[in-house]
Amino acid sequence: MNSMHYLYAAYIATWVIHGTYLTVLVRKYSRIRKEMERKPSAISRQTSART
Amino acid sequence: MKRGFPILAIVTALLLSFALYEALIVAPTEQTMGNVQRIFYYHVPSAWTAFLLFAINFVASILYLIKRSEKADILALVSAEVGVVFCTVVLITGPIWARPVWGIWWTWDLRLTLTLVLWLIYVSYLLLRRFSTGGKTPVIAAVVAIFGALDVPLVYFSIWFFRTQHPSPVIGGGGSLDPRMAHVLLINWAAFLCLAWLLCWTRYELEVAERRVEESHAMESLMEGSQ
Repeated sequence: MNSMHYLYAAYIATWVIHGTYLTVLVRKYSRIRKEMERKPSAISRQTSART
Repeated sequence: MKRGFPILAIVTALLLSFALYEALIVAPTEQTMGNVQRIFYYHVPSAWTAFLLFAINFVASILYLIKRSEKADILALVSAEVGVVFCTVVLITGPIWARPVWGIWWTWDLRLTLTLVLWLIYVSYLLLRRFSTGGKTPVIAAVVAIFGALDVPLVYFSIWFFRTQHPSPVIGGGGSLDPRMAHVLLINWAAFLCLAWLLCWTRYELEVAERRVEESHAMESLMEGSQ
């Protein structure tokens, strides 16, 4: 491997790590959104009670 | 999400693209290491960002222990999680740089070992928060975070006070960094700080929503039980 391969490997690894974390966040978001759509009234009562 | 969120997302995307261009094209090539030195523009800003996030986790944990504020607890959790992501980047890009420069992927050098220990401490913290269900979990996690944060100055100053294989500090450590390289380094740090802010903001909102959903579940099962 020449030095450019190591450079590309490091930059790609960085973006794969951030991309994986973003994917985790997106999946979490869609799961919570589904839950909120299933029971919107109960959750809005919770939120208004907090505020 | 608030109105500022899409603006921050656009600014982050533009800044990251500009920082990548600066790191790969504009920054001068280092004489002894060649192009592999450009890994430094991702490795060092990621490390600084991780240290900053662990410092935020430390302050938020102390605030939680004093005030028992839910916001402080969520901020502590979010900063630790995003900090672990940036610390992972440091632990992956470091060995990729070390292989062509030192001839080895890893050595049990003080700086490297302490960084690995730091990562393990915050991964343990996240596992504790994920799998412990007791009411005292946030308090125990805050105490773990305060002790864990003690490793951050040890990691940072290890190359100042001990002989290590890791290169000397690039700023303030007597090293001579080309001003053009310093400029590119700071642009990349600014881009990573924006990315960290964006990730923390997203994760914070998700955690708040998730807690509301869990509370509604608990309330519902309580009401069903009383009927």
